[in-house]
Amino acid sequence: MNILVLVKQVPDTETKIKITSDKKSIEKSDIKWVINPYDEFAIEQALKTKETLKTGTVTVVSVGPDRTVDALRTAIAMGADNACHVKADQELDTYLVSKALVEVIKKENAQLVFSGKQGIDDDQAATFGYVAELLGWPSASMVIKCDVSTDKIAVHREVEGGTRFAIEMPLPAVVAVDKGINTPRYASLPGIMKAKKKEIKTYSLADLGLGSEAPKTSVSDFALPPERQAGKKLSGDAATQVKELVKLLREEAKVI
Amino acid sequence: MIDFSLTEEQLALRDTVRKFVQTEIIPHAHRYDVSGDFPHDVIRKAWENGLMNPAVPEKFGGLGLGITEDVIMNEEMGAGCLGMTTSIAVNTLALYPILIGGTDEQIKHWITPFLNEPHLASFCLTEPGAGSDAGSLSLHAKDEGSHFVLNGSKMWITNAGHSHLLTVFATTNKELRSKGTVCLVVPTKTPGVSMGKHEDKMGQRCSDTRAITFENVKVPKENMIGQIGDGFKIALKTLDKTRTPIAAGAVGAARAAMEYSVKYSKERKQFNQPIANFQGIQFMLADMATKVEAGRLLCYQAAWALDRGMHKQGSYYASLAKRFSADMAMEVATDAVQVYGGYGYTKEYPVEKIMRDVKLVQIYEGTSQIQRVVIARHLLED
Repeated sequence: MNILVLVKQVPDTETKIKITSDKKSIEKSDIKWVINPYDEFAIEQALKTKETLKTGTVTVVSVGPDRTVDALRTAIAMGADNACHVKADQELDTYLVSKALVEVIKKENAQLVFSGKQGIDDDQAATFGYVAELLGWPSASMVIKCDVSTDKIAVHREVEGGTRFAIEMPLPAVVAVDKGINTPRYASLPGIMKAKKKEIKTYSLADLGLGSEAPKTSVSDFALPPERQAGKKLSGDAATQVKELVKLLREEAKVI
Repeated sequence: MIDFSLTEEQLALRDTVRKFVQTEIIPHAHRYDVSGDFPHDVIRKAWENGLMNPAVPEKFGGLGLGITEDVIMNEEMGAGCLGMTTSIAVNTLALYPILIGGTDEQIKHWITPFLNEPHLASFCLTEPGAGSDAGSLSLHAKDEGSHFVLNGSKMWITNAGHSHLLTVFATTNKELRSKGTVCLVVPTKTPGVSMGKHEDKMGQRCSDTRAITFENVKVPKENMIGQIGDGFKIALKTLDKTRTPIAAGAVGAARAAMEYSVKYSKERKQFNQPIANFQGIQFMLADMATKVEAGRLLCYQAAWALDRGMHKQGSYYASLAKRFSADMAMEVATDAVQVYGGYGYTKEYPVEKIMRDVKLVQIYEGTSQIQRVVIARHLLED
């Protein structure tokens, strides 16, 4: 079975985000880039699936500028067999990224696609859905358990309140995994040395027939969340404090 | 001409080791420090992820990594737990004699099991009466034609209680000093080899340290690395390669002490403000950072020279790196405890452990005083 993993390279979770002066993007010069943590679970699940089936290949694919290759090499060092890089220096919207990914999925003749449930940078949680829709395949997100056989896949989704929702889908299918499904392995040292020598397939958008395709969405502006206000300390005797607290909860916090 | 950037693989390797340390070493370091138990589980995971035996050449199935990579790895591991670092890295020390002086057949025979299993090896040089004066070995290897018979003992042997293989330095004739020395490979299960008790140490407590007694231990001649008279040379060549990574472990421990101090000084409030606002604290932090960077640079310089085959220069730089990094880590850790004040003196906080752990780096693999002797010898030679 050809298993494909959609990988996004995102700023390290500890990055202090700064917004560019035109508010259209974030400052990228000092950022340490890593594999989207949810996609690490997807890579691990793909590797595990291959190990369980005792056959198949795991191919990782990512869309982005040259630095994206680092994420792909890390995935190979974890154990992926092959990698495809769709080189795009400009910012693409989810639609265009998904279109590109779909073309690679077709080229690689994949029967099963894993991804993280969302990217931790823009948190749109949209790519897996776009990809499934464009392919006309079934999909499931927030997957925390997954058993694959040759022609179908059984998954557990975690839904509100901790309830589990069991689904069975025919293959081919798209599965977006959640935290907790597994513990991703490390990029081992032998893996890193192997990844150094591995050839990575590179495509441009034009190679995939998307040279003249226009994005459907654009970013109007970025804003940082408002700074946290200092807490209020109430004074006076207990009765006064309670009165004041109730008043604040009603009028300021508007929770009662 | 000067370039401090690491290669893509070196960065990837550093990231992997750093991640490994965050998840597999740091959460368990305190527990093992208290119990003094041997961290079998951590060592197995380190082996599974290829963090052990990095120097085995590719033609024998290893990774063939150089001193620079060893330095990068040891700094990261040292930042997590120096005791575990010692027990993980000591295989490199114990296997180098075979890689340096062994024939291809010997390397294949003795090293291959280490690539297939998480086996441990111990480097057996120091004796109860031969520490800094390592040339004065007493462990006697009686030449009996087809084999040697070993009688005597070794001291402070890392991982001895869990080792599969020993590289043992002994003398065929003490009168001949280094010319009588041999390097022998001895499986630990050989009859007559017995291990002492696990030493209850001040620091690096989970790293297993024992005496070893050899009583009529029969070692076939084919287990000899090199010839009679090569033993001491092989030991020194080995230490030239491992001294810098050992120094890097101290740099890592000092870096951790500094990072803890920076964090704590921003949290701890006295006189209605974080103590980081006070120059007395700021100067300590600034000195810590300067020392850590200087130690790392000396390690990189030594590794750079050694990886280019500049043996003499590399050996000199390695002594500078070990001397400076060990002493500097002790200073930085002591200051870190000072920044933490009373809390730093307790086991509730991580810095007192670092202080106890780094003390050993001033002692093992050549004391800071012996490093100075080596450095001075380089300066004064004609």
